[in-house]
Amino acid sequence: MSNHLSNLTLKIWRQNGPADAGRFESYRIDSISDEASFLEMLDVLNERLIGEGLEAISFDHDCREGICGTCSLMIDGQAHGPQRGTATCQLHMRKFKSGDTIVIEPWRATAFPILRDLMVDRAPLDRIVEAGGFITAATGGAPDANIIPIPKPVADAAMDAAECIGCGACVAACPNGAANLFTAAKVSHLNLLPQGQAERWSRVEAMVETMDDYFGSCTNHGECEAACPKSISIDFIAMMHKDYRRAKVKNRKLLSQV
Amino acid sequence: MTDSLLQSKVPAGPMADKWDNYKADMKLVNPNNKRKFKVIVVGSGLAGASAAATLAELGYDVDVFTFHDSPRRAHSIAAQGGINAAKNYRGDGDSVHRLFYDTVKGGDFRSREGNVHRLAQVSLNIIDQMVAQGVPFAREYGGLLDTRSFGGSQLQRTFYARGQTGQQLLLGAYQQLARQIGLGTVKLWNRVELVDTVVVDGRCAGIVTRDLVTGEVRSHAAHATVLCTGGYGNAFFLSTNAMNCNVTAAWRAHRKGAYFANPCFTQIHPTCIPQADDTQSKLTLMSESLRNDGRVWVPLNAGDERPADQIPEHERDYYLERLYPSFGNLAPRDISSRAAKRAVDSGRGVGPLKNGVNLDFADAIGRLGKDVVKERYGNLFDMYERITGEDPYSVPMRIYPASHYTMGGLWVDYELMTTIPGLYAAGEANFSDHGANRLGASALMQGLADGYFVLPYTIGNYLAPMLNQPIPGTDHPEFQAAEQAARQRFQGFLDIRGTRSPDYFHRELGKIIWDHCGMERTEQGLQKALSELPALYDEFKKDLRVTGDGASVNQTLEKAGRVEDFFELGMLMCRDALERKESCGGHFRAEYQDEEGEAQRDDENFAHVAAWQFTGDPMQAIRHQEELEFETIHLAKRSYK
Repeated sequence: MSNHLSNLTLKIWRQNGPADAGRFESYRIDSISDEASFLEMLDVLNERLIGEGLEAISFDHDCREGICGTCSLMIDGQAHGPQRGTATCQLHMRKFKSGDTIVIEPWRATAFPILRDLMVDRAPLDRIVEAGGFITAATGGAPDANIIPIPKPVADAAMDAAECIGCGACVAACPNGAANLFTAAKVSHLNLLPQGQAERWSRVEAMVETMDDYFGSCTNHGECEAACPKSISIDFIAMMHKDYRRAKVKNRKLLSQV
Repeated sequence: MTDSLLQSKVPAGPMADKWDNYKADMKLVNPNNKRKFKVIVVGSGLAGASAAATLAELGYDVDVFTFHDSPRRAHSIAAQGGINAAKNYRGDGDSVHRLFYDTVKGGDFRSREGNVHRLAQVSLNIIDQMVAQGVPFAREYGGLLDTRSFGGSQLQRTFYARGQTGQQLLLGAYQQLARQIGLGTVKLWNRVELVDTVVVDGRCAGIVTRDLVTGEVRSHAAHATVLCTGGYGNAFFLSTNAMNCNVTAAWRAHRKGAYFANPCFTQIHPTCIPQADDTQSKLTLMSESLRNDGRVWVPLNAGDERPADQIPEHERDYYLERLYPSFGNLAPRDISSRAAKRAVDSGRGVGPLKNGVNLDFADAIGRLGKDVVKERYGNLFDMYERITGEDPYSVPMRIYPASHYTMGGLWVDYELMTTIPGLYAAGEANFSDHGANRLGASALMQGLADGYFVLPYTIGNYLAPMLNQPIPGTDHPEFQAAEQAARQRFQGFLDIRGTRSPDYFHRELGKIIWDHCGMERTEQGLQKALSELPALYDEFKKDLRVTGDGASVNQTLEKAGRVEDFFELGMLMCRDALERKESCGGHFRAEYQDEEGEAQRDDENFAHVAAWQFTGDPMQAIRHQEELEFETIHLAKRSYK
């Protein structure tokens, strides 16, 4: 049977818009079921605020199954909260205890301006993918799917990288606001696969340099891996750096051939 | 009699040749002329992203709209289990015809043969295309693609990427779309929601949108508009759909003249985590693929309180294996859901609220070892553990049916065009391929089939004669009037200043629809719903409270518009269910069942699509019919015994 947590204090970042200075506001939750998810607790709070004639707290969320990557939140200073390998929407109140004070903030990164309250703009992540995070294969001309056998360990490694949900927790957790884990996951997913080889060097160059236009630099803190709801390994960052270094040489050679 | 507006336009010729015949006869647009045509795509899920990317590759001028912050968030991403294709890589007897047959039978003979056959044909191309995009499907050790089984099929034709097939396919389509955005051939409008469609001189002239960050309402004109805006399962409030899934785009088009087909055909998925308490905002699906290895059972006797591992074999009822021996735990969704409901209704439910049935992996772990089970389903088991706090490796999962998918949707013809010329619907937003019940792993297939391999052909056939013809601009009075109406509508929600939030009404509305238009429907119940819904809707219009303003981010205001559209849709769902006096697929009318409790179809009177015309009040919508003709498949009682 479900138990209840009582006397929670929430300190939540409120900000009316990008230009507003913003401030913390405190809210008290008298009682909440430990079966409730963290976001359901915010739903309950929002219902109460509307009932009191106040504005609901804005926060991004959608699938609530940990896969769409829409939800965010720094919870007690940790991206996606205290449970490892878990997005905020999958975090449940049984991970907290009665009397807790919980601090809830938006992602904090220069590249992610706050739109309102806990909602930020993560569009620069899309710009990185647009720069090269794809395989050019226009609809229609694909050969039979089994024509290129892909060894299972290769397909599995590509899948490990491809699991990234694009939430931006890696950026929020990074002291430098770097997006290396996000970028490396996408680069590695495609650069590991045989289908991705044709554009391997141009891809990594374009994506890394677009990343550098928006985000800070990686200094190997490893906070990103700890915060990642899919536990994506920072080994992929090493792979990306290796490919980038080789790409700078290779692409220069290719240029000289023109 | 088929209504004159509901011409399916299925091409002539033998079933296997129809699509080829269509492509041979269709009109073409010269590559240099394609950029003169503007196409709007609303929604960026599998259907929307694949359609937009492909249309842009062909050379059309494309605008994509998503209410999400990024096109990669669309709910296609949450599909877990897999995607069907008639590749026959296993050599287990699969073929285009067999996938076609399984889909028509799975849909309880209420889908259009021509569309379904085309779907089965292009399923082959989808796998090829997605592998070329870099989708990391599961592989055998030799490097070839792996497949598994899904409900309603006796073959292994389902391709998968761990338990995240939808994610990987959507990212494939999203990457292809991102490439076009980077090239400047697609303009992306993110955090922008459709609030109306505009019809001028009988053709769709474009859409009106609202910016969810600034509140700005504006018009967009185009030669053709495609709605890939998903299904309406959130009408039930509690469902496995993402929180923001809604019917607004389809409903706004319906209000402007697009007929809405078979709204009562909704799918209740048998394997979801049961509701834990009243604060719950959504339900979580546990993939159907789990039924490959999990065994479904309840205690033989009501009131058996013992933990699962203390109930001996002979006191367990593996009811799916008992009732449907040839399909067993992989019986189709509608049938499995009803069987679960009956088990729980008989007092044999498990869990603290006695609202679930067991999905037990003990045998599979004994047979295959924990490592193999972990490799197949690890992420699903982890998700289950996070949500329930229970470890499914040591105790059975508890599952119960929940709203998951909607087979009904905007009526479309063979070209995926609605009854408004120039307005198309693709993916879950249309009604065409799944009849009264969708088979597992077929939604991803349909979304990508429509977007990659159908729309890019059929749209050209519509656009070709419009070359160099002027189209109405956004200064046309119809656009201006629609903008004005949208502004007034949203201001209206703010001005009611009542006492109840949009979520309150959504919850109450969902309860009525679930109770009376859910897994089991009766004439009496539907009539009750049809008296309660308009009363609640009146209360909504008088007592809604939306705080905040309309000129900045306001999720309460967004929700108000979506809930209002669910009210109107809910009435139409109940009316459709009331008028369809038979049981078929997901539509189970208690009055129409055989002595074994199986659905009893009435092919003489109901082998048709019901398509509804909006008249200003959903309670007064007019029902039209498209008769379904079965040229190839013999209508038969659907048996999985």
